[in-house]
Amino acid sequence: MQAPTIIIALLILSSVSYYLGRKRAFAVAQGHIRKLHSLPLYYGLYTAIWAGVPALLLLAFWFMFEDTMITHLVVADLPAHIADQGADRLNLVINDIKNMVNGNIVSSQINPAMQAAADHYKQLQSTSHILVAIIALCLAVGSGSLMLTKIKAKQRARNAVESFLTVVLILCSSIAILTTIGILLSVLFESIRFFRAVPITEFIFGLEWSPQTAIRADQVGSSGAFGAVPLFAGTLLISFIAMLVAVPIGLMSAIFLSEYAGPKVRATAKPLLEILAGIPTVVYGFFAALSVAPFIRDTGGLLGLDVASESALAAGLVMGIMIIPFVSSLSDDVINAVPQSLRDGAYGLGATQSETIRRVIFPAALPGIVGGILLAVSRAIGETMIVVMAAGLAANLTANPLEAVTTVTVQIVTLLTGDQEFDSPKTLAAFALGLMLFTVTLVLNVIALHVVRKYREQYE
Amino acid sequence: MNNMSSQTEIDEAEIRSRRTIEIVNQGLKRRRAAEKRFRFYGKLAISMGMLFLVVLFASIVSKGYTAFLQTYVKLDVYIDEQKIDPQGTRESETLSRANYGALVKSTLRGMFPDVKSRRDKKDLYALVSNGADFEIRKRVMENPALIGQTLSLWVPADDDVDMLLKGHINREGAESERRLKDNQLRWIDQMWEQGRMEKRFNTTFFTAGDSRDPELAGIWGAVSGSFLTLIVTLLLSFPIGVAAAVYLEEFAPKNHLTDIIEVNINNLAAVPSIVFGLLGLAMFINLFGLPRSAPLVGGLVLSLMTLPTIIIASRAALKSVPPSIREAALGVGASPQQAMMYHVLPLAMPGILTGTIIGMAQALGETAPLLMIGMVAFIVDIPGNVFDPSTVLPVQIFLWADSPERAFVERTSAAIMVLLTFLIAMNAIAVVLRKRFERRW
Repeated sequence: MQAPTIIIALLILSSVSYYLGRKRAFAVAQGHIRKLHSLPLYYGLYTAIWAGVPALLLLAFWFMFEDTMITHLVVADLPAHIADQGADRLNLVINDIKNMVNGNIVSSQINPAMQAAADHYKQLQSTSHILVAIIALCLAVGSGSLMLTKIKAKQRARNAVESFLTVVLILCSSIAILTTIGILLSVLFESIRFFRAVPITEFIFGLEWSPQTAIRADQVGSSGAFGAVPLFAGTLLISFIAMLVAVPIGLMSAIFLSEYAGPKVRATAKPLLEILAGIPTVVYGFFAALSVAPFIRDTGGLLGLDVASESALAAGLVMGIMIIPFVSSLSDDVINAVPQSLRDGAYGLGATQSETIRRVIFPAALPGIVGGILLAVSRAIGETMIVVMAAGLAANLTANPLEAVTTVTVQIVTLLTGDQEFDSPKTLAAFALGLMLFTVTLVLNVIALHVVRKYREQYE
Repeated sequence: MNNMSSQTEIDEAEIRSRRTIEIVNQGLKRRRAAEKRFRFYGKLAISMGMLFLVVLFASIVSKGYTAFLQTYVKLDVYIDEQKIDPQGTRESETLSRANYGALVKSTLRGMFPDVKSRRDKKDLYALVSNGADFEIRKRVMENPALIGQTLSLWVPADDDVDMLLKGHINREGAESERRLKDNQLRWIDQMWEQGRMEKRFNTTFFTAGDSRDPELAGIWGAVSGSFLTLIVTLLLSFPIGVAAAVYLEEFAPKNHLTDIIEVNINNLAAVPSIVFGLLGLAMFINLFGLPRSAPLVGGLVLSLMTLPTIIIASRAALKSVPPSIREAALGVGASPQQAMMYHVLPLAMPGILTGTIIGMAQALGETAPLLMIGMVAFIVDIPGNVFDPSTVLPVQIFLWADSPERAFVERTSAAIMVLLTFLIAMNAIAVVLRKRFERRW
């Protein structure tokens, strides 16, 4: 029996118990529903929860440990000459056995011992599935019918169901925390393994980045240097160009839309501008790589400049376009939050509209705008697809926007796509970069959100 | 005396104020110019934004619209029994293994009898896509009675021919710099004049999976992958997101834990998407052993990403339901949860659905985290369930954008147009939903 079948069976059992529970409640009330503590529906739900949830939990628990247990049993029964090969070889053998069980392609040739192990595995697996199906269904029927017999008019079924629901709601809201912890743990563990191989100081301060470690000892030119400074510099350069595009245009658009534009212009221009935010980044990447980069290269060629076809300028420019609506909508919110009385005061003193904006509204909105810009910077640093498609792969330490640079996100993608082994520093380096990225953007976000929130409170 | 002095004071004040007015008047011109300039900058910024939007769309549409047409060649193929089923068994195994390429080749030789040399023959064969063999096989397998007859059918031309007829290959340049040789150009022109070549609507593009040959490549595999991934995302993130929003907005006590959760959600909304990909790789694939490249894992990662969007939107929707609704429900004896389930939640539903659709649109366009979990593989088959290896539309765009063939550029743009159509449709639904059902209290 497969897991989905068991789950479907349990769900059916659970809904059957719902109807039985409801019916039982009617029976207990003997036609006077007023005698019941809760609505009949709650008695049904109560029975259904008891029938379904414990069995489902058991199932989840079982399947979580089933694989480990069976592997353990199979390994214990392996012939000694296979079992005593050391952990690495043994892992390979176990993988092969599992592949044989699943009918996949096996890397080494099949020998009778392994075939036997695979059969053993299969047999254990089916036994385990039958066992868990029986236990789960018995549990469901047992606890369901037990609860069914216990239904009484005075029973507080609603309260029980509601406290169960509350627990579910709390669990759902804690997923946010679990996600953060999950991210932190997954990047942290691999990073620690990486920093065992490469000292953290070399990673943060090293000027050389060439992650191709030698596979064979006699290979040339692949020493494997993990100095991330060129990546940080490249990321900052591209983000800086992006901000040079996005901040003036975004900010001026926001000012124009909130202070000058009539309701009609605002109603059309604002959603149009926000379309830019809804376009997938892969589309921007394509645009940058196939339209903007060649255009910049050719224009540079006409002016006698030597522009790389994967220039930082192209990636930064397009990233800036992507961020315009982000800056403009955040600034728009902030500018609209400045109280009208400040504007009226300035007008009363005879200031023109632009003077009011520059001398009164802008300073008043500045903290919020800075918060918005920080969020935009964190967005630019973490942006992946545009740079993967339009920026280079080679780590250049340069401040020239016409040259090709690489970024943290580009390197993460390059290191982790394709075949990978999980103990080479090359793969682990991606997680260390991920940790840096997560930390930097987290700090930026926390500061920015704090500033924006503080600012909002100020005028509320 | 006193009167006098007061008179002079008034005069002085008048002179002073006149001076002030003069100063103000002197400055007015400059200030009005500054005002105009500032307003102009604002207009300039808006128009720049609009310009970028127009340029982006124009560049993609102009590159991509040609992909909806594809050049087809008309072949009159004699289905030679000697070549495909010499024994005359008509067994499906024999038929499926037969060499249909030979039929195509002999047909082409028949069309151009003057082609003799080996190299020329090879050039001639290159004009027709490999897909021709599959097409003939499909027809013969469906109807074995065709064997021994002449079958007249349209097969896709090779991508280079297609590019030539769409004007992407320069005929005038030197032969060595072209993908097509002079004699190939001659044959193509000949076939075009005979009416044996035609541009038709490219159904392959919408029905096929990925392929190394541009003329056989389609987006259906990626679209199905995207669909499966989004289903998983929706099934996970919608209930969890709404439950979390309900708890945080309606039931959560104001304490440290709730504060932490709130800060966390806001932060998660701003974490770079690629970090979620790292989480998916380390947790779901390496730790839990879920299959790589599967829509299931993609959906898991994307639902973690869209959760903050849905939670924030749902909370806003719940907040906008006036307290009087709750109070009325509580007043007639409903429990807080009943008031929530039967009164507040239904009223907040349009707002929640709008937020969910916007979150789904984001998930549909997301690429980076899916690269991490291996959805970037070259996959020809159309995925049938959430465990099959598959790719999604944005990743397909990324893969095609990397391909060197000129014909993939227009297909990439066309795939982008399809993706943008989906996104615009989803956003339009969200807008309509909001306009139609949103209640102002």
